[in-house]
Amino acid sequence: MSTGTTSLRIAYLPLTDSAVLAVAREKGFAEEEGLSLDLVRTVSWATLRDRLLFGQVQAAHMLAPLAIAVTLGLSQHPAPLAAPYKLNVNGNMLVMAREFALALDPDVTARLNDPLGTAHDFATAIGLWKRKPVIGVVHRFSSHAIMLRYWLASAGVDPDRDVLLRVVPPSLTVEAMRGGEIDGFIAGEPWGSAAVEAGLAEAVAIGERIWRRGVEKVLAFRTPWLEENPQTVDALIRALVRSAAWCDDPGNHEALAHLLSQPHFVDQPADLILRGLSGRIVARADMPPVDMPDFMLFSREATPFPWRSQALWLYSQLVRWKMVDHTPENAAKAGSVFRPDIFRRALAESNVPIPGASMKVEGAVASPLAVGSKRGELTLGPDRFFDGRIFDPERIEDFLATF
Amino acid sequence: MRIVIIDDSGLRATVLEEGLREAGYDDIHIIPPRGGFVARLERMAPDVVLMDLGSPSRDTLEEMLTVSRALATPIAMFVDQSDDSMIGAAIDAGVSAYVVDGLRKERVKPVLELAVRRFNAFARLQTELDEARTALSDRKIVDRAKSILMSQRGISEPDAYALLRSSAMNQGKKIVDVAQALITASDLLGGGV
Repeated sequence: MSTGTTSLRIAYLPLTDSAVLAVAREKGFAEEEGLSLDLVRTVSWATLRDRLLFGQVQAAHMLAPLAIAVTLGLSQHPAPLAAPYKLNVNGNMLVMAREFALALDPDVTARLNDPLGTAHDFATAIGLWKRKPVIGVVHRFSSHAIMLRYWLASAGVDPDRDVLLRVVPPSLTVEAMRGGEIDGFIAGEPWGSAAVEAGLAEAVAIGERIWRRGVEKVLAFRTPWLEENPQTVDALIRALVRSAAWCDDPGNHEALAHLLSQPHFVDQPADLILRGLSGRIVARADMPPVDMPDFMLFSREATPFPWRSQALWLYSQLVRWKMVDHTPENAAKAGSVFRPDIFRRALAESNVPIPGASMKVEGAVASPLAVGSKRGELTLGPDRFFDGRIFDPERIEDFLATF
Repeated sequence: MRIVIIDDSGLRATVLEEGLREAGYDDIHIIPPRGGFVARLERMAPDVVLMDLGSPSRDTLEEMLTVSRALATPIAMFVDQSDDSMIGAAIDAGVSAYVVDGLRKERVKPVLELAVRRFNAFARLQTELDEARTALSDRKIVDRAKSILMSQRGISEPDAYALLRSSAMNQGKKIVDVAQALITASDLLGGGV
């Protein structure tokens, strides 16, 4: 690394999955790479997007579908964004008001482990509800909204007709539940756990059970800036890889929960944050936790590696819900948001195992699978969709035709 | 031109509204970003919506602008890339604006510039208020420490102050911090005044 320190401003939202950025700064991983991180706390995705686009920050903790949407010109000002690093996979939870959940399997563990059955019960519950249930999502272009739509549609529920999806910022979800503005919501942690703890809601579905390795937040840059600053980008990726390994280590979860609980990060009780980190999910207030060991991943199984096929799967869902037209140009633009080439370049001299391919068939791995890697052993975890669909990124049209 | 201000802070919205009225705009409405604010906004059919950039409800507003026809093809004001200084000023001041597409830029620009000025003025006012409050509470702490010293050591007020100041200088601390430490210690020892 060159001498001197490079300052970087990075915008983030106060969520458990901003952990890798927080730890890179607080535990010195960024400093070891000659970087000084200024983490800019932001309370809406719109403002995070604007700060990145207009150069107030150099990088951002961003919803993966939002990075694709901005690149495709679907969210205010169009600008090419690049995501060379995934900050986490999984970590979402759908919670619904207890009255609504009465129509679902009362055994919450069984409910969470059987997303297909629960989706059908949910469809029935909509019929029993006196009006269209209002479900909070954090953003139109969020993994949460995309997973919720995917899950509801599997049981014949049209998310644009049979329920009302309302955008509620994560930090206001609990208040909106209390005020009766929404009947439930899907959000990143710790907000689902906070609503459960307050006795307002219970867990209905877990993101990890819908898509076992679902893309969540990415580290997004403006593409021109990324191209002009290769050394800084690479240094940041190396720092984040080490930070992520620290975050994934169960021995550090308690310290991490404590760190994130501080007012300038997530500003929620450490024991609530710990639930998502350790995968011990309290599904209903006063119940013992349910073990969900893959609830949220930061590092193992090459989690940070940005598979192009994952960007294309997200794109296929935007097409499916008529948010964008499918054209070869749009598909190419969406796919190019994820930058495995940059990830490889940054870690070329390290001993971190990196997948040899940049695309894979999504949803095809049923049990842990050893795969080709540049060096070392690399095992991919199961990545099945709960409905058994398989996404071949080379055949998007065929996949879209199955819906 | 109908302008809607979405804002939590009654005072800031009032500061902005007054400015707009002075500039000759008279169709101005203020809505707090709570509950069904989206439905209210929809009914008002504004030409320009101004909102605090720091409000978490911006995502809710943008979603509504996407799905409803309250503003025909609304665009965020600072997407006007031609004016970098304006964008920077708006973001720094914390103003976001959405306008009906097609509304001439010359008509909207003065509104936005005024909003930026007023938001900045409000932020200054807030800082001054905070500083005044801090100064007041600092003075109370120093006064209390002085009276402890005066009664415990039988010295005059100027001497008590000089003692606090020299301890602060020796320890490289602020006078108020030394005073606070003294009060705490005195409370612990039961010698509070």
